[in-house]
Amino acid sequence: MTERPLITARDLSVGFKIGSGFFGKQILKAVDHVDLDIARGSFFGLVGESGSGKTTLGRALLKAVPITGGSARYGDEEVDYDLTTLSGAELRDYRKRAQLIFQDPYAALSPRMTVRDIIAEPLEVMGLTKTREETDARVREIAAKCRLNLEHLRRFPHAFSGGQRQRISIARALVSGPRFIVADESVAALDVSIQADVLNLLKQIQHDLRITFLFISHDLSVVAHTCDHVAVMYLGRLVESAPTRTLFAAPRHPYTKALFSAIPSLDPDDRGSAQKLQGEIPSPTNQPTGCKFHTRCPFAVDLCRKEEPALEHPGDGHEVACHRWRELLGQTAA
Amino acid sequence: MTALIEVENLTVQFRTDEGLVTAVDDVSFTLDKGQVMGLVGESGSGKSVTAKALMRLNARNAVYGEKSRITLHSETGPIDVLKLTSARDLKIVRGGAISMIFQEPMASFAPAITIGKQMVEQLQIHSDMSKARAKEISVEMLDRVGISDPARRFDQYAFELSGGMRQRAMIAMALSTKPKLLIADEPTTALDVTIQAQVIDLMKDLVSEFHMGIVFITHDLGVIAQTADKVSVMYLGRLIEEGPVREVIRNPKHPYTQGLIAALPKLDDLDAPLTPVAGDIPSPLERPSGCVFHTRCPQILGDICKTDLPRDRRVDPVHRVACHLHDEKTPA
Ligand SMILES: Nc1ncnc2c1ncn2[C@@H]1O[C@H](COP(=O)(O)OP(=O)(O)O)[C@@H](O)[C@H]1O
Ligand SMILES: Nc1ncnc2c1ncn2[C@@H]1O[C@H](COP(=O)(O)OP(=O)(O)O)[C@@H](O)[C@H]1O
Ligand code: SF4
Ligand SMILES: [Mg+2]
Ligand SMILES: [Mg+2]
Repeated sequence: MTERPLITARDLSVGFKIGSGFFGKQILKAVDHVDLDIARGSFFGLVGESGSGKTTLGRALLKAVPITGGSARYGDEEVDYDLTTLSGAELRDYRKRAQLIFQDPYAALSPRMTVRDIIAEPLEVMGLTKTREETDARVREIAAKCRLNLEHLRRFPHAFSGGQRQRISIARALVSGPRFIVADESVAALDVSIQADVLNLLKQIQHDLRITFLFISHDLSVVAHTCDHVAVMYLGRLVESAPTRTLFAAPRHPYTKALFSAIPSLDPDDRGSAQKLQGEIPSPTNQPTGCKFHTRCPFAVDLCRKEEPALEHPGDGHEVACHRWRELLGQTAA
Repeated sequence: MTALIEVENLTVQFRTDEGLVTAVDDVSFTLDKGQVMGLVGESGSGKSVTAKALMRLNARNAVYGEKSRITLHSETGPIDVLKLTSARDLKIVRGGAISMIFQEPMASFAPAITIGKQMVEQLQIHSDMSKARAKEISVEMLDRVGISDPARRFDQYAFELSGGMRQRAMIAMALSTKPKLLIADEPTTALDVTIQAQVIDLMKDLVSEFHMGIVFITHDLGVIAQTADKVSVMYLGRLIEEGPVREVIRNPKHPYTQGLIAALPKLDDLDAPLTPVAGDIPSPLERPSGCVFHTRCPQILGDICKTDLPRDRRVDPVHRVACHLHDEKTPA
């Protein structure tokens, strides 16, 4: 029997109330009926253009924005929580178990606190340690895992480079002993030469501490190298989900194919072969009918404009939401 | 090939509270007419400062080196850019012969003026054309960069456009004066790959149509591979390698360039481990002596790298590198 997933979302939706125009309040559907299973111990990638709802989905799973529809569960070896109703002591306990690593290592750290205090703060706020000695021991242990030494702990964050700051953010996220971490664009602001260093550290943490990651990124090459499973979002919907190798070897959704094809090739003799996706992602307040991708899809037919395709589970672990995916198998470009 | 701009021994320092900070150190290169030069390097390596020097756009606390020289070959003869003083002369390069586009298009637009009004003003500054003709050219340019309904967009404000459209409008404005040199400073860094691909396509079309030179700054070697003819690699203010794009990407000579390429996650080999360039980039206030890369170099030879500045060497007539590993080659 397979282990129960750490995160199970069904029909999960997040809507934001916006504006107060003539017709009253409008609801912006940032996450729209998403089904998602995140296996325990996995490094689960979430990709899609900006505005597709990745950050909102991640925050909903951390209970940092209200879930407005559907259900979401979290279950590790010790607890089983219904995230839609979680509150009180259980919610406080969940805050220890689920953590966020931010995108911007420059903005995330308070400039007036030493690195030691930055890492220790969650312990103190959550009351996880009883004495200063205990706190210090815990901070040193986690700092060492993130390759920060005692000398580093005494300094202020401005004295550090981008890569070092991201290691500080990671240490802060790890100190409460989480089982689940949402890493939202955690290497996007870093130079290529040090990106690999932070990615290797995250993978090491996943492996050594058996932590499950939801890794949100717009960089498909990074996702291909780090994640074991990848889900693709478009305008709040999950349009495809598969083990990484399967997805990159044989994407099924026209949107995923277009995303892959847009990655600039490192080969100067392979210019202009990319299939260009026309136009931009539509505004979430003015969503297309039918398949949300039909306005940009080179394969759209009448059915696509009328009916929204459901996420199909063909039984091989490679899920896709497109009316025409079977017909289009093997086809890479328009 | 005829030279469009020649940069010789460019050194740029900034006066700061902490003393003089060296941002660009003795950089030389030539860009030919119609050539696209990619400029890569870590953040803080001096790419933007180098580019801004070509238009004299660096902040007031910038100090240019005594031996530094930038020569722009215009139709009316060579212009010694660093010697320009009057606002009128500076206009000949700024927005005239040279235009610049940025990562954040809002930086190019005044928020309270319509896109059209700004385009017309810019055209009138740099020529004596009538307002009506300037409007005609602006609308044509907006159309040319793929903005639908250009006559309506002409009367809109930048904030009313989507991110991708804003990027296109900025390119339209930069090109409306038909510059000889376009400086593109990370123009696609903030864009999604799908929109990036559209913008790269557009820029390639425009290069062949207008035959201008481009300095394309990016940290994305894939973007360089797709757009550039030649590549210059900077590290801590120094230009450490330069050559044709194929050569530099396939056969990099400098240990930093080699490390940069090895650090890229490659889609054709998902099993390859990710290998960072070890260590952190030093602060510009603590520039290493000798070779600026020696504190992170995996191939360091010994004391010579810590004490002696490596000179430019030619590995072939068009590919040069500044690294002691290549000391036996001919000086560049
Ligand atoms: N607090 C909020 N209020 C209103 N709209 C929001 C809020 N947060 C996000 N959105 C909107 O939700 C959509 C999805 O945003 P986001 O989750 O940030 O996408 P991504 O991370 O994929 O770029 C966007 O259209 C965004 O503008
Ligand atoms: N006005 C200024 N005053 C002081 N230092 C500056 C100024 N402008 C740039 N610098 C410094 O010059 C160096 C090079 O910066 P820049 O050219 O922007 O790097 P890049 O574009 O390669 O990321 C950096 O260390 C930066 O802090
Ligand atoms: S359902 Fe239709 S419009 Fe949507 S992706 Fe598939 S073919 Fe394209
Ligand atoms: Mg986001
Ligand atoms: Mg820059």
